[in-house]
Formats: sequence, C-alpha cells, structure tokens
Amino acid sequence: MRVTVDQDKCVGSGQCVLAAERVFDQRDEDGIVVLLDAEPSADQHDDVRQAALVCPALAIELAE
Amino acid sequence: MTAPPFRRGRPYPDGDLVMTAAPRPPSRVVVVGASAAGLAAVEGLRRLGYAGSLTLVGDEPHLPYDRPPLSKQLLSGEWDTDRLRMRTPEVLEGLDLDLRLGEPAAALDTAAREVVLAGGERLPYDALVVATGLTPRRIPGAEGVTGAYVLRTVEDALALRDHLGRKPRMVVAGAGFVGAEAAAVAVAAGADVTLVSAAPVPLADVLGDEIGTMLAGVHREHGVRMETGALVTAVTSADGAATGVRLSDGREIAADAVVMGVGAVPAIGWLAGSGLSLGDGVECDATLYAGSGVWAAGDVACWLAPRTGRPTRVEHRTHAAESGLAVARNILAGPGAGQPFDPVPFVWSDQYDLRIQIYGRTRGADEVRVVERGAGPRELVALYRSGDRVCGVVGVNRPRQTRGYRALVAQGADWHEAVGTQDAAPVAG
Ligand SMILES: Cc1cc2nc3c(=O)[nH]c(=O)nc-3n(C[C@H](O)[C@H](O)[C@H](O)COP(=O)(O)OP(=O)(O)OC[C@H]3O[C@@H](n4cnc5c(N)ncnc54)[C@H](O)[C@@H]3O)c2cc1C
Ligand code: SF4
Repeated sequence: MRVTVDQDKCVGSGQCVLAAERVFDQRDEDGIVVLLDAEPSADQHDDVRQAALVCPALAIELAE
Repeated sequence: MTAPPFRRGRPYPDGDLVMTAAPRPPSRVVVVGASAAGLAAVEGLRRLGYAGSLTLVGDEPHLPYDRPPLSKQLLSGEWDTDRLRMRTPEVLEGLDLDLRLGEPAAALDTAAREVVLAGGERLPYDALVVATGLTPRRIPGAEGVTGAYVLRTVEDALALRDHLGRKPRMVVAGAGFVGAEAAAVAVAAGADVTLVSAAPVPLADVLGDEIGTMLAGVHREHGVRMETGALVTAVTSADGAATGVRLSDGREIAADAVVMGVGAVPAIGWLAGSGLSLGDGVECDATLYAGSGVWAAGDVACWLAPRTGRPTRVEHRTHAAESGLAVARNILAGPGAGQPFDPVPFVWSDQYDLRIQIYGRTRGADEVRVVERGAGPRELVALYRSGDRVCGVVGVNRPRQTRGYRALVAQGADWHEAVGTQDAAPVAG
C-alpha cells in the first residue's frame, strides 16, 4: 500500500490521526496533515483505509 | 424460529422480531442519496466483503461531490468543480455499483420492500439506506426570483459565484456557518455585504458569547455590516429580480443578491406514507436502524445518540462518512445485532484566515472556558461544560492542539478536573 496526501486539500481535521496515528500526524502551526509513513505495514492497512474513508477533505489517496 | 427467505412482494417479518435466528445476509442493497453518506455506505459495504447487488440512487446528475468547499474554495474561485469530486470514475467502477444518477426516488413501499423511482421503476431491496440529506429553507418571496440564492448544490454555488463577479450589493440572511462563510468570501470578492442574524451575537448559541463576539468583530473588520436581532421575513423583488429583504422589525435593506443561509430541513418528502417514523429526519434507534429493513445515514438521520440518550441529528461532513460506514457494518450484522453508533461529532468552518473546529456538542452549553492560547490574539482552545461534564471543545486556529482535547469530550470528563489547572482567560476581540 502506498499512501499520498494532498496538503492543499487538507482542512486540518485530524481525523486521519485519530484513525491511524502511526501513519499520520498534523503540523503544529496549522494542523495540516503530515505523512509519517508512506508505505505502512500490513497491520496498519485497515486503519489507513479507515482514515481515507473518513477524511472530510478527500485528501488521502491509497494505491493498493 | 428461523427467518423465512426474502421473497419479493411479501413482507419479511421485521428483523427486530427474529432475535433468535441469525439474520439472513442481504443480497440486494439500495442506497438513496449519492453524496457523502451514501458513498460511505456503499464503500463500507464493499470493504466489509458484501458481494451482493448494490444500487446507488441520486437525484443530482453528478458523480458524488463534496459540499464544504461550495461556500469556501469553489465560491471564491480558488477551486474549480473537478476538485469537488469525491471519487474518480475508476474507483466508483471498482465498487461494482448499479449507479442511478439524475433519478430521484419518489416513494418507498415498505410492505413490498421497494423503492419507487420518479420514472416509475421499482427497486426491490433487502436493506435500504436513506441518505438524502437536506433541502435548504427558502424565504418567502424568493420563489422564482433571480438574485436569491441558497447554497447546497454545485449549481447553487456557481450561480452565486457568477453574481459575485459583478460585485453586488448583497444581504446574507442567517449567520450560521454557511452564511458566515459566504459573507466572508463575498466581501473578499468586493461585494458590499450585510449579514443579518436573528441572534444578538451571531453563532453565540453554538460558540458562546465570547467567541461569537470575536467572530462578529472579525467580520466587521473585513467590512461586513452586521444586522443583529432581526429576522429576514421576505425577499423583495421587482420584475422577477431581487431588490432586497424585509426584516422582522419592518426595515428593508436593498440588495441585488440575497443569500438564504437560514438552515435546511431533512429531505424526507419522498418517504411520506411509507410508514417510517419521520420527525426531524428519519427516526432511528441507536444503531441507525429505522425498521422495515431501512437504515439512515448522514444529515437526514435522526438517531438515538447513546452519548445523550436523545434523538439527534448532525449536519457535519465527518458525521456523514462515519454514519455511512456504521450503517454498512450494521446492515451486515443484521437488525438487532448492530453496534450502537456513538461518534464524537466534529465540524469545522473557515472564515477569512480563521479555522474554527468543534468536537462534541457545544450548543446550549452551561459554560465556556478558554484553556489554551496561541501566539496570536485569535488562536485559542475553549472547553464547553454541560452539567458537571465536558461536552465540547472549540479551537480557533489551533487544529492540532484542539484535537488533544477531544478525549475529554469522548469520555465526558469531569469539568473541574479538566479545567482545574487552567485559569479562566478572557477571549481577545
Ligand atoms: C455550503 C455548505 C458548506 C458546508 N461546510 C461544511 C464544513 O465546513 N464542515 C462540515 O463539517 N460540514 C459542512 N457542510 C455539511 C456537509 O456538507 C454535510 O453534512 C454533508 O454533505 C452531508 O452529507 P449527506 O450525504 O448526508 O447529505 P447530502 O450531501 O445533502 O447528500 C444527499 C444527496 O441525496 C440527494 N437526494 C435528496 N433527495 C433525493 C431523492 N428523493 N432521491 C435521490 N436522491 C436524493 C441530494 O440531491 C444529495 O445529492 C456544509 C454543507 C454545505 C451545503
Ligand atoms: S483527515 Fe484529511 S483533512 Fe483531516 S487532517 Fe487528515 S488529511 Fe487533513
């Protein structure tokens, strides 16, 4: 699985961090998403899919 | 007692009554409403392994698109319509849907378990998801009048954007989030903007007096005129074009563009006579089940929220996705075996350079306390109290920090413990 994020679209909701905190974080100053792990291990995949589904800005793309 | 097989034209005894038998998995699911909640439901079903037939019905002619940017980046012209698209056609194709766009559902026959489309076609279902969202309220006098706008669809937003290009004199009726965002975009585009709010302090019912006052100050600073404590009772027009609005105190304000930001009502007209319990939306139990094989998700669902025990409807983008996913899970578990849906609501609003974020329920809170400040005067985090519990948190330009307080809301933490170490700090204007 390859994860990409679109920081232009991101609205800093933090929903991705709540779903998969080992893969996503937010910048301190404006809350915009930071990708911690672009190729997360298999045990993270469900959480990452959840993050992509709930991201309110459609800012997370997955290639599986 | 074992569950009889699904049979067309013959009502299947309600799953709620068949507690002893494992419910037969559905093989025909119909989802009405092809937007955030409906899409989450169909994606959730496929992701959880549902392989049966899956029909997604939407009255709009478009592939599912996102609404929050309508009053923000799309209205300002920063984004074009293709950035609103929720999924690429290829991704949708991969879901193996029977996609019915531009086809309104006109009625629901719960006895036969069929959705009736406007064209007369009947779609049988084992499980139905109602995700038809809201219809914006209109103000008397606006019907058929050019220059009077609501803001719910991409067409609405493009029509208003077009008018903003002519730098109109504009009245925004209603200072909720959508109205306030539209006012912010319009004034930046060079329109002359008056924002009319029934409340003495706009958004005070949601944010509290202090943050509401701060926000009103920011609008004024950017040149928006505020008329508070008055309702817009009518749109006035001449020759079919808007000329302004009339207020409840009798005054009139001239305008050639009027934005009706006065809320929206659940789109449940097509469910009349279905036997479903309809009130402020489709009434559901804690698992989002409405009976007769029908589930509801998104803005239209009024469910018994476990957190409060009260019938609740939430009009937020993340709620649409989360409730759609929850419905997918619960459909596959079967009526009576679903998990209660117990989210911590989250919403954001962007106005000027302010990003406001809310976790939990803040409306009608007993107390608001600022617990954290950033470097700038308009960076803060405030907690909201209901009884002796934390019921919500609001952050202004502190997204990451605000998220840190979400756990207090999720737990319904004791107020005094939560704020005990914090001093009350006034909100800077
Ligand atoms: C301008 C605007 C700005 C917003 N900004 C924010 C924001 O900043 N943050 C936030 O959290 N939320 C925001 N929201 C709210 C968010 O967009 C909604 O909560 C979300 O769209 C709800 O999704 P839904 O799928 O339940 O309903 P909707 O998005 O309303 O979708 C319902 C769909 O069903 C269709 N439909 C209705 N009746 C029928 C029928 N009989 N047959 C077939 N189809 C039908 C509708 O046409 C629509 O396509 C905003 C909303 C608007 C309008
Ligand atoms: S969930 Fe989406 S919008 Fe929210 S912080 Fe993550 S990427 Fe950004």
